[in-house]
Amino acid sequence: MAGPARGSITIDVEECKGCGLCVESCPPKCLELAPELSSYGVHPARYTGHDCTGCGICFYCCPEPGAIIVYRLAPPAKTLVAQSQPGGGHAATL
Amino acid sequence: MAENNVIPEQLKTITDQYEVVHSKSKLFYPEYERKSDLKHQTHYCPGCGHGVAHKLIAEALEDLGLQDQTILVSPVGCSVFAYYYFDVGNVQVAHGRAPAAATGLKRACPDKIVIAYQGDGDLAAIGTAEIVHAANRGEKISVFFVNNAIYGMTGGQMAPTTLVGQRSTTSPWGRRPVNEGFPLHMCEMLSSLEAPVYIERVALSDNKNIMKARRAVRKALELQRAGAGFTFVEILSPCPTIWGKDPVEARKWVGEKMIPQFPLNVFRDHTVEIPNNNVPPHKTVAELVEGERKAGSDTPIHRKHHHFRDLGIKIAGFGGQGVLLLGQLLAEMGMREGLEVSWLPSYGPEMRSGSAHCHVCLAKDRIGSPVLSRPQVLIAMTEISLRKFATQVAPGGTIIYGREKLPDDLSIPQAQVICIPASEIADKLGSAKVANVVILGALLEETECLSPATAMQVLENKVKNPALLELDRKALDAGRLYIDHAVAMGAVTQADGFAQ
Repeated sequence: MAGPARGSITIDVEECKGCGLCVESCPPKCLELAPELSSYGVHPARYTGHDCTGCGICFYCCPEPGAIIVYRLAPPAKTLVAQSQPGGGHAATL
Repeated sequence: MAENNVIPEQLKTITDQYEVVHSKSKLFYPEYERKSDLKHQTHYCPGCGHGVAHKLIAEALEDLGLQDQTILVSPVGCSVFAYYYFDVGNVQVAHGRAPAAATGLKRACPDKIVIAYQGDGDLAAIGTAEIVHAANRGEKISVFFVNNAIYGMTGGQMAPTTLVGQRSTTSPWGRRPVNEGFPLHMCEMLSSLEAPVYIERVALSDNKNIMKARRAVRKALELQRAGAGFTFVEILSPCPTIWGKDPVEARKWVGEKMIPQFPLNVFRDHTVEIPNNNVPPHKTVAELVEGERKAGSDTPIHRKHHHFRDLGIKIAGFGGQGVLLLGQLLAEMGMREGLEVSWLPSYGPEMRSGSAHCHVCLAKDRIGSPVLSRPQVLIAMTEISLRKFATQVAPGGTIIYGREKLPDDLSIPQAQVICIPASEIADKLGSAKVANVVILGALLEETECLSPATAMQVLENKVKNPALLELDRKALDAGRLYIDHAVAMGAVTQADGFAQ
């Protein structure tokens, strides 16, 4: 894949309970459960590092309020616009 | 929002290129006030549907800008701690009573967004009456009903929504309709009512249905914001722990087993005009009394200088003696004289001949409790009530006993006892029924707690028949005169009015 992925996500390992719903739900299958255990003894979800589209499905399937942050690649021309609108972070998905 | 979250080191390089599209809603507290040390996680099990439902509600409230206007009513059940998470106004109420509490909140604060968040044990079992009647009244609240077909918090007992054949700790061989009945379909039940404006069932079974649930939650809140009426969203939700499934399987089970039993549908989506006829006049009690006084007579009652700070009167006798009515008369008199009053009746199921008593408080300040454990005045219309309540009277208090003399074996050292044969006096006047008014006359003359003129005003207002009103006037005077003359002449056990 040329250039950076359209989206990206970060997962808070301390908040993730390792339920695996995000892994199951991710349309491009770019999430996986980490083989190592978190400090709570679960395998937390993690981003494989490629193919994320920033669709946000994982965010809505995750039961934890803040475990997942979804990013989307900002087109350079629109970056300024997006940054100047604090409410712009909730573009509709699907 | 990006600035509220710690961006991991490895991603700092891409934050220039990427913008945050989804992150923790500002509607959630940054840190949860949980009792344990896990303050950054919810208390829900991994894969629990409550977390998703919480996020959908939080996102909708944030996007609609309703955070500062929202009151969330937490139920009893796993979601009892919803107030740990939602940074809105929170109330946690008794099991099943969320719609009743929400009714009060919404009526008291009509400009607020009031949400009742309930589970299936809460809403469809112990709270069935509350939800049905709140819906039937068309209360302008939003109810989010999270249905996972089981009692989760208490350990997996059968819920009203448990599927036929589904095992639970209280239906270990599967739910049998012949013994436990069929699952309750709340959406269908509520959509048989006239008042609700929006009823939809959604499911957290897969990506698509979660996004439909998101739209339903948002729509319910938008409708409430517009003041449309009662909105209800049932959310079929997984309970991996109690179902004994892993989170992914549990979510699939919602789609495969629950949805066929609880079909997803918009059951109601229309505007409802609830007729608002026969609107009662919006007046306070004081205004109402004031208005009647002006209409009823031209002579205003001067606010009396009452000699007490507060006075507790207990009136006891048989049902039919006018015990409760006498209390009401006193309370209304007190109200007309500008006092704080309360009237608390206690009676059996019989309208006649059962024992009855009531407590009347007259006070210059707010009344703390309408129950009197140590009344200053006891009015005992019968010997039974006298024996029952005489010892309760506060030291130095007064007992007005509706018989000619005290029983020989009874001694009440702490109180002043006045005996007045009220029934006999009333009978001579024309009707034994006015014995309670005779007693009222005696009470007013003896204690001077309220003015006899006020008593007449209240009676004029209550008694429309002129002949009966005249009888009441005579009875009131007779009671007062009896105290003035007969008691002074030694009709009580002791000449000074005090028992030994």
